[in-house]
Parts: sequence; C-alpha cells; structure tokens
Amino acid sequence: MTTAARTRLDAARTALGSACGEVTDGTPADAVDGVPVGLVARPASTPEVAEVLRAAAVYGLVVVPRGHGTKMSWGRPPEQADLVLDLSRMSAVLDHAAGDLIVDTQAGAPLAEVQRTVAGAGQRLALDEPVAGSTIGGMLATNTSGPGRMAVGTARDLLIGVTVVRADGVVAKAGGRVVKNVAGYDLGKLVIGSYGTLAVVTQAVFRLHPVPVARRVVNVSADSPDDAQRLVQQVVHAQLVPAAVEVDWPGTGGGTVGVLLEGTEAGVEGRTAATIALLGGDAAAADGLPSGWGRLPWDEDPTTGRATALKATFALSGLSRVLEAGRAAAAAAAVPLRLRGSGGAGVLHGSLPADTDVAAVREVVTRLREACAVAGGALVVLDGPPEVKAGVDTWGPVPALDLMRRVKEQFDPERRLAPGRFVGGI
Amino acid sequence: MSGMHGTETTAGPVEGHVPPEATSATGEPGANSAGMAAVGRVAREVMPVTGVIADPTQLRTYECDGLAHYRVTPALVVLPETTEQLAAVVRACSEHGVPFVARGSGTGLSGGSLPRADGVLIVTSRMRTIREIRRADQRAVVDPGVINLDVTRAATPEGYYYAPDPSSQQICSIGGNLAENSGGAHCLKYGFTSNHVLGTELVTPQGDIVTLGGLAPDAPGYDLLGTVVGSEGTLGIATTATVRLVRLPEEVRTLLAGFASTDEAGAATSAIISAGVLPAAIEMMDALAIEAAEAAVHCNYPAGAGAVLVIELDGPSAEVEHEYAQVERICQDHGAFELRLAIDAAERALIWKGRKSAFAAVGRISPDYIVQDGVIPRTALPEVLRAIAELSSSSGVRVANVFHAGDGNLHPLVLFDDAKPGAGDAAEKVSGAILDLCISHGGAITGEHGVGVDKAAYMPKMFTDDDLDTMQLVRCAFDPGNISNPGKIFPTPRLCGEVPGKRKHAHPLVEAGLADAF
Ligand SMILES: Cc1cc2nc3c(=O)[nH]c(=O)nc-3n(C[C@H](O)[C@H](O)[C@H](O)COP(=O)(O)OP(=O)(O)OC[C@H]3O[C@@H](n4cnc5c(N)ncnc54)[C@H](O)[C@@H]3O)c2cc1C
Repeated sequence: MTTAARTRLDAARTALGSACGEVTDGTPADAVDGVPVGLVARPASTPEVAEVLRAAAVYGLVVVPRGHGTKMSWGRPPEQADLVLDLSRMSAVLDHAAGDLIVDTQAGAPLAEVQRTVAGAGQRLALDEPVAGSTIGGMLATNTSGPGRMAVGTARDLLIGVTVVRADGVVAKAGGRVVKNVAGYDLGKLVIGSYGTLAVVTQAVFRLHPVPVARRVVNVSADSPDDAQRLVQQVVHAQLVPAAVEVDWPGTGGGTVGVLLEGTEAGVEGRTAATIALLGGDAAAADGLPSGWGRLPWDEDPTTGRATALKATFALSGLSRVLEAGRAAAAAAAVPLRLRGSGGAGVLHGSLPADTDVAAVREVVTRLREACAVAGGALVVLDGPPEVKAGVDTWGPVPALDLMRRVKEQFDPERRLAPGRFVGGI
Repeated sequence: MSGMHGTETTAGPVEGHVPPEATSATGEPGANSAGMAAVGRVAREVMPVTGVIADPTQLRTYECDGLAHYRVTPALVVLPETTEQLAAVVRACSEHGVPFVARGSGTGLSGGSLPRADGVLIVTSRMRTIREIRRADQRAVVDPGVINLDVTRAATPEGYYYAPDPSSQQICSIGGNLAENSGGAHCLKYGFTSNHVLGTELVTPQGDIVTLGGLAPDAPGYDLLGTVVGSEGTLGIATTATVRLVRLPEEVRTLLAGFASTDEAGAATSAIISAGVLPAAIEMMDALAIEAAEAAVHCNYPAGAGAVLVIELDGPSAEVEHEYAQVERICQDHGAFELRLAIDAAERALIWKGRKSAFAAVGRISPDYIVQDGVIPRTALPEVLRAIAELSSSSGVRVANVFHAGDGNLHPLVLFDDAKPGAGDAAEKVSGAILDLCISHGGAITGEHGVGVDKAAYMPKMFTDDDLDTMQLVRCAFDPGNISNPGKIFPTPRLCGEVPGKRKHAHPLVEAGLADAF
C-alpha cells in the first residue's frame, strides 16, 4: 500500500469512527475474493450506514457491503475494497405482523432468525436458504433460491418494501408494508441480485405464507435426460400443484426427480398417491427430504478448495438439452459435473471440482452456455478459484447491458460500490 | 381523483376538471411544431396511411382513458403494426425532443395514457398477435395490444390460463397490464402482473429495441424487467410480453356469504387468512354496492345483507374440500346469516357478475362517481371501513365499497351528482380523505390503478423527496430526455443532466496517483 493510500485511510478512519463507532482494520479474513480490505465498519442502524457512506464518499473509498460474508467471493472480485460495510450488527427482526402476514427486518438479520420469529405464528418466509448462515441482505444481493421457488417464486415475488442507502449516503425507500402496492418504481426488484453494486440494502419487508400442515416427497429415478424431462413435464401438467420439482443429476449414471407436495394431511396423501401412480417406475414416497435436497452441489464437492459454481437457467422444455449438454461437456473435458436444482422452474446449479483445469472449465462453460441459450436461458459462473475467474467469461453475454450501465451510472456515478463484481464490469 | 363520470363532456385541447398542476403533464398545444412535423413525416414513411392520424376529429377519440374527466387532444396518433414501426416513431421522437405516450386499450383509471397536446400517442391496438402458446414451457409470448382475456382463451384448450384478471380483462391490453402492474380478484393467491410477466421486448425512449428477461428465469444482470413492470409507460414501450401460464385448477368452489355488516365480513376475512387458508379470491361489497349491483344485473345477493363476501377456493379437490369446510365454519362463527355455494358454472358466473359489474353498476344509483383505489393492511379493514362510513355521514357524500378484501385493496366508490353545485368538490374531498386514511394506516395510495396524472400530487404523502429522487434515477437512466410519458407518476421531474464525476475505469484518486489499488 502506498503512503498516500495509507494516509487517506487513516483520515477516513476518524470520520468513519464518528459515523458508526465500530471501525477496525481489515484482516486477511476480510479479503473480498482475494482483494485485501483496508477497513471494516459495522454500523448499527440505517442512519449510521448513511453516515458511513457519506464519509466514504468524502474520502473516495470503494465500499463492499457484507452480511455474514458467506458469498463474498460470488461474482467477480471487486477492483478494490477500501472499506467493507458489515451489516451484521443490524440483525433485528423489527416487526412481525402475523395478522397481515408480513415481516419487517433489518438487512443483517440471519434468514434463519427471521424464520424462527415468524414460525411462532405458523408462518414462513417462503425462501430457501441454500447457503447456510445467509443474512437477508446477502440473500437479496445474490438472489439465491432453492426448491421452493417452483411454487412461490423468488425474492422478487416476496419482497414488498425496501430501504436502501445510496453511495452518496442518501436514504431511500420504495414499496411499503402492504402486499399490493403500485405507487412508484419498484426499486426492490432492482437491488435483488445486484451484488451490492447499486445501493446498500438496510431494511426489507416481506410477504409471508402459512406453514403447510403436511409435506411429502415422491422420488423417482430417471435413466436419461429425456426421461427426466418426461417425468418433470408429467408432473407440471398434472393436477398435483407441486411445491417443488427437483432434479438431481450426478456425474455418472442416471438421476433422480423429486416432487415435494405440501398442503393439508388429506390433500397431500391423495396427491402423493396420484404422483406415484402418474410417475410409475420406482416412484416412492418419503416423509423426510432426501439427502442433498436443496443443497448446492458445490457444497458436497469432496475436493478441497473452492469448486467452480455454475448456475444454468432454461425454459422448462430445455431440461433434457441442458442435462445432456452438461454430461457431454463433462465427458469431453474429462471432469465430473453434478447438476442439481429446480427442474420444474428451469434452474440447475452445477459444480466442478476445485482442481479442475481452467481449459476444462472453459469447455464445460461454453457448451452448457450454448445449450442454455438455445433453451432461452443463460449460464453464469457464480464462483470459482481465482484462475477460473481470470480465465473464463463468468457472466457470459448479458442483453440490455448498456441500460444496466446507465442505471449504475445514475446510482453510483463514481463507481464506489463493489466495482467490477457485476456483469460487464459494473 | 380516480374517477369515472357518467356525464360526457365535449372535447377540447385541455378540458374538464384538469387541475392547474396537470398542465405541465399535458404540454402546450403547438409546442415544438417543427419536431412534431418531423415525427409525422417519419411515421408516414414507415407506416400505412391508416396508421397515422392527424385529423382533429379523429384525434379526439383518443383524448382520454378510463379516467374521463382529464382530456387532452394529442398532436398525433400512430397505430404501428410492428415493433420496427413503433421503434422508428420513438426514435424520431427522441431525435426531435417530442414526448410520446403509449396507449393500449385506454381503460386505465389514473390517466396514465392521457395524451400530450405537444406529443404523439402510440396506440398498440394493431399489435394483437398471440405469438406463441408454449405449453411445455408454461409460457405465452404475446404482442402488447393483445387483450388480457384472449391469452386465457388461447391457453384454455391446453389446460392453462393467464392468472392476473383485472375486472376490465375483456378489454384491457397486456401492455397496459404490464405498465400498470395490474391486479385482479385472483391475485390474492396467484400474484400480480409483476409475478406473471417474465420477459419483454422493450423499445427504449431512444428507440432501441432491448430484451429484458425471457422464457427462462433469473436473467443475469439487474432485474430491469422488474422495474419496467409497473412503471406506467415512463421507461419505454413494451412490444412483447412473455407471460407465465398457470394450470387450470382441478376444482373451483365459489361461496357467497351474507353478513349483517362490513365489520363482521372484515373480521371473517382476517380469520380466514389467519387460519392459513389462501383462497384464490376474497372480495367484499357493502350494502350500497350490493344495491347497485342488484339494480344493474339482478345478481340476487342475500336480502338485507350489510356486506357480502365472494370467496373462491381453487386447487386440487382434496385441498379445496378441506379449505371449504374451514371457510364455511369461520364465516358462520363470524355471523354469516347466509352461505351460498355455487353448484354449477352458471351460479358461479352469477355470483361473479354482481362483483365484476359493480363499478359500472354504481351508475344506476348515482349520476357520477369517483373510483378510488387504496390499500391498507388487511387487519385494519374494520377500522378503516368504519372511518370511511364516518367520513361519509359527516360529509353527506355517499360511499359504496367494493374491493379485494383479501389483500386490503379498497375501491371506495364516491358518489355525487355533478349537476349539483359543489357536489364534485365535496366528493373529491372525501375521496382524498380516504387516501389519507390509507396512508395513516401504513398502506398505499394505489394498489392497482396506478399513479398516472391523477395521484402524482399524493406521492409526497407516501414517499420522501429522497425516495422520489432515487426512483427518478431509474427514470434518468432510461429516459434522460424525459419524453416517455412525461408528467406521470412524479409530481416534479428530476433534471437528469450530466452525471457528476462520471468515470468508467479507475478511481480518480488512482488516476491522480493519490491512491493505489492496494
Ligand atoms: C371497468 C374497469 C375495471 C377495472 N378493473 C381493474 C382491476 O380489477 N384491476 C386493475 O388492476 N385495473 C383495473 N382497471 C384499470 C385498467 O383496466 C388497467 O390499468 C389496465 O391494465 C389498463 O390497460 P389498457 O390496455 O387499457 O392500458 P391504457 O389505459 O391504454 O394504458 C395504461 C398505462 O399503460 C401504459 N401503456 C400501455 N401500453 C403500454 C405498453 N405497451 N408499453 C408501455 N406502457 C404502456 C400507458 O402509457 C398508461 O400509462 C379497470 C378499469 C376499468 C375501466
């Protein structure tokens, strides 16, 4: 670090300290995807976040927001990370209005804590937690999802109000506390999946759902990609109203299709029987969720180090094409590729072992990306070892990129929020 | 105020009850006439003659939307048949600084497609092709002018339908739905337009054609689609929509429950939701709304009811049966004196007829009325309905209530007779006070009809200047020239100007050698 940089940080530290009280030096553990961090600030409220961002603006600091830090290496490494804005002290679940089925929470609250709070009234925030330990803010910023997206959708379908702090320290909110509301632009949707590059989310209001009384899973083996697609199509076009339709496709052999049914005791019992009859083969019901259900495949990668994490999206009819392309590409590159995800919603996650050669990763990415594109979707490398990030087009082609750049320029003209992490170098 | 007036006024450039602040939203006739002429030339080049309307009499047919007391004659109307034609006109508008307004079917209730006297009205009614019904993908791809109900009609043979069902679904367009993020009775369970539009081809205010979202979920990058939906035509014009198709339910049960008062009906609504039941719809009508519906369509609702609930349950038969038993019990526990289950499609249609015709039916009991649209937390229903009743009795202005009770979306119909001096003003006052009630109960000033020109002045009551300024950053990104439906939504436009300190690559401190990148 140059003296000038050191001096600037030292000057900023005092201002940040008076903004929020808790400011420490960045440690190696704070590094963002390999990028060293100068300082870490831990504000405790939205006004403090605003103060911190104003101070950061004065000193021209590049800021990377953080929740529990479980997905800091997702996306591309930021160009620079002067300051990590850590929201873990903002962990309060502010209000659970059970009668209105909404919850109002600070962004640093763990998703699990929100679930615990609302479960008392027999309710849930219908979002899965594929990455354990996620905070609300981190989950929103990376737009993670799991099996449940099939029935209720993703964060965009459940977030009804949001408070953000802009790079210039201005606090703004959009939406509100009611499920139906069309007043003004829906900024919530804009920040979902924005990887901290537009604004810092400090508070969020979600719509809740009742916890179903009964749930069962029907599992059936699929011999081939076509077979998997046939089974998924049968389920989605039937009268089963599945809560999830998962496809698990290991590196070799066939795979499994799992159908989650939720509802009343009698209803679930009837639909379970109907699902088994419809799917035939070795379809059988289980009370518990099968092992690996909803887990991201890279979390089960036996190699040490960071696996390459892929997300493939496609129109439903493209399932077999994507499964097939994945298998063929992995065979050609001589690597094991596990695909798993919501076959019923058109999303699969994939994992390549940490020690996979970059050229092999590139080969798999290229071929899968082609298949996804034909099926109307995209392939994104969410995470991976530094060599992979350096040697592979991780985000792939992005339509409307120019408009996205213009949005970024309006919100963060100085490019001080996580620059370089997002699509097209945003 | 949101309103529909029985009385027709004669057309003029700017007529009716246009409040002074609305003129900045509507433009001066004759302004930038050279620009207009240039746009007209381009339009005539790219479109068939019948697609360009400049004749004053014909122009007047487009002077208002469903909120008929705001009227402005547009300088030019174009009816493109293709995305390319539409984009060419928008590009010309952009080059010549001419404002444009998109219009679908013109059923909007907030003046969203109110034309500009100095601008072009771009009507999508000749873009009505259903391009694809993709059963295997559970998606349809349609043109913007396609009528909402036609999507369902096209999907029904495949066992599917399009879920968002505004009461205007027989006439309103998918493009209009997308722009307003429209709701409907069944949105309680199935969500609003924003949950069902998964992709769009957008003509930007510069006339570029971009694709947002598509057949697959989670497109990489910012969710611009999510921001465009509900932006009331201020971020460009949607020229296609990729929408979700939903499986037709195995069973549907429609129940009509009569209660002595709205208090009891409101409490029953809350109790149903608290019990963990999620009906497809819970709609409420009060005594005055019932009276109007009876007069108009003879729906035969329970005699003497102070309120009725229309509750529809749908889904797998076993689930519906169980939920029905719960709902029946809850209604009885909350004092329902009559429960009527529709036994066939005809009976179901009759129950819904009363509800769906309610807005128009009010014309039977009042010469003029304002349709209000506000949202409150569902648990505040009884309290807010009582407050509305007090407002009504203290002002002597009658208010009929018809609404989506399940999501707390009120549609008070404020009745008046414009022939009586001062009656219109008194009604507007009550209508405004109802919005204040929504805001003070933590609700919203519009649940589905949009802000348009009508409620722009109310936005500062719900949002701070900073909130509105931040929303307008999006506007500046999409439409720095402020030509796409300008004057709608925001009470004061933000000057976009040059972005300060704009830079593309390294941080200025790095470039100046004052800092390194660690
Ligand atoms: C009797 C009646 C009942 C109604 N019931 C409901 C209801 O239950 N729920 C509900 O939500 N609404 C309801 N409405 C309101 C209205 O029908 C909806 O807002 C509808 O979505 C408007 O569609 P439209 O095609 O008529 O749009 P228009 O009125 O023509 O336009 C509405 C807005 O959309 C913009 N727009 C139109 N097309 C496009 C496009 N292609 N791209 C970008 N912007 C565009 C316009 O500029 C304008 O701002 C009702 C209206 C009436 C008259």
